Amino acid sequence: MISTRQLAYRYPGGPELRFDDVDVAQGGVLLLRGASGSGKSTWLALAAGLLSPSEGNMTVAGQSIQALGKAAGDAWRARTIGFLPQRLHLSAALTVHGNLALAQWAAGQPLQEGRIAEALAALDVQAFASRRPAQLSGGQAQRVALARAVLLKPSVILADEPTASLDDEAACASLDLLRTTAQQQGATLVIATHDARVSAFFKEEKGLQSLLIGRKQP
Amino acid sequence: MKTIAFAWRYLWSRPLAAALNLLLLSLGLASITFLLLVSHQINKAFERDLAGIDVVVGAKGSPMQLILSGVFQLDVPTGNIPLAAVKALQTHPQVARIIPISMGDIFRGFRIVGTTPDYVSHYGAELAQGVLWAAPMQAVLGAQVAGQTGLKLGDTFAGTHGLGGGGEVHGQIPYTVAGVLAPSGTVLDRLVLTATESVWQVHETDTALDDDDRKILEEEREVTLALIQYRTPLAAVTFPRFINSSTEMQAAAPALEITRLLSMVGVGIDVLRALAGVLLLTAALSVFIALWGAVRERRADLALLRMLGAPPRKIAALLLCEALWLALLATVLGVLAGQGLTALIAWALQLEKSVLIGALSWPVELISVPVLALGVALASALLPAREAYRVSVFELLQPR
Repeated sequence: MISTRQLAYRYPGGPELRFDDVDVAQGGVLLLRGASGSGKSTWLALAAGLLSPSEGNMTVAGQSIQALGKAAGDAWRARTIGFLPQRLHLSAALTVHGNLALAQWAAGQPLQEGRIAEALAALDVQAFASRRPAQLSGGQAQRVALARAVLLKPSVILADEPTASLDDEAACASLDLLRTTAQQQGATLVIATHDARVSAFFKEEKGLQSLLIGRKQP
Repeated sequence: MKTIAFAWRYLWSRPLAAALNLLLLSLGLASITFLLLVSHQINKAFERDLAGIDVVVGAKGSPMQLILSGVFQLDVPTGNIPLAAVKALQTHPQVARIIPISMGDIFRGFRIVGTTPDYVSHYGAELAQGVLWAAPMQAVLGAQVAGQTGLKLGDTFAGTHGLGGGGEVHGQIPYTVAGVLAPSGTVLDRLVLTATESVWQVHETDTALDDDDRKILEEEREVTLALIQYRTPLAAVTFPRFINSSTEMQAAAPALEITRLLSMVGVGIDVLRALAGVLLLTAALSVFIALWGAVRERRADLALLRMLGAPPRKIAALLLCEALWLALLATVLGVLAGQGLTALIAWALQLEKSVLIGALSWPVELISVPVLALGVALASALLPAREAYRVSVFELLQPR
């Protein structure tokens, strides 16, 4: 569940970004559309509790973002937000299994082998557990990164440009995977994209919300 | 616990850089370990050999030479002193004990020292086999001498004239091995001990032409020097002055001369220490560059960790742990290498029949090695860790 009211963020000494209100039910899909540099990243950072809104309210999974403290924010983010970065950022120094273990470490949780195996199995990549990211294909790597995102059973999955540099077929498969995974987890899915194929893919989706972000002069 | 494991993985994800840094750091620490061990061992060897000898009386000359030759059996002696003069000192009220030392011959590089059984008991040395000498021409071998020459009880051998080797062999009167000392770690280990009379006998037999000659020689008997223990510490003030001013001999206090010697050698040790410091500094710089590079290279990875919920201090700790791993490994390697090098030096010195450096030792000062390693690692990791602490998650979100 995500809802915003009069949300705005002003960079110190920079422009102010204003966002339209959204209300996404738990398990729904939200598309953040807009060109590069339009403020999608800022919105994602706000939703992840990395920034505090300068005006307005934002509630993510029942938590008011502006009420979140810095230290509490880290723990909350670990529990609540699953993040799929554009460049995946799997650590080359670690195996696939190690990358997931690293996520548990970062969240301050004890190592749970069972949960890692479960997450890898859910994305059908358990066979690659002992491989290095460099030994994976692009699609396999994205599955691993997604397994890492859902490892801690987040209620919100944030995906940053998941279809960038993918051909049509791969983009379709990637989006399908995202939707299926989010549905399995019962998680709200937020996709930040400037790719028209994404809106096309989710055209029929029930409960789809779309937020067009662009610089607006006050 | 986990942080340590991940830091280990990250460290070895760049094996070449890690190995090079480890090598540099280990080299610096090894040289410091080596310096510490050698100066510790030499001090201890000096202390052991010096034990309880308050003053050395010998022929006039360099006091340091007298100490080096008389106490440590390293240098050649300054000359000889008349036996009569030494005997006179025996009754001096400030003298508790006097040990005469006569030298002049060697056997396969080991000095043959004529003395009294007091010399052996002074160092608390014990016999491994046989007995102490009871008559002239009986010899007791130090542990190292026995080990290197292979002589056993009852074997006979002849000394060679002069302390340098290559002199004529005193073949007419051979020595018989009466006993072998157990290793004591003192100067005795590398000496052949015999009665003072043996030394006279060997040389008088060689030079005297007839009995009259021998008689004259007997009256002119000499010893090389005498080791003296005071009856009272106050003697240190007056006794040397008395010897130096009113006799033809000189008195030298070993403690004083050793302090002088060590202060002269100290300059060399300081230079070595500075070199080791430069090595460590280089290592610190190299570790810094590597960690800095690692932070730059892994910025996005680190940012992702923040996104995954890791607080900044956890990210900084990860980097510090990497440096600590280096410090730990380098300490182990450095200390091992330092010990190895010291053992090598000890072995070489033993071959040269010089000062004995003991086997493995772990002096307290060695604690400074891990402390230094820790300091270097932490200092070089400080800036990179701060950089890691401040990594912004935005780097992850913003397209580049």
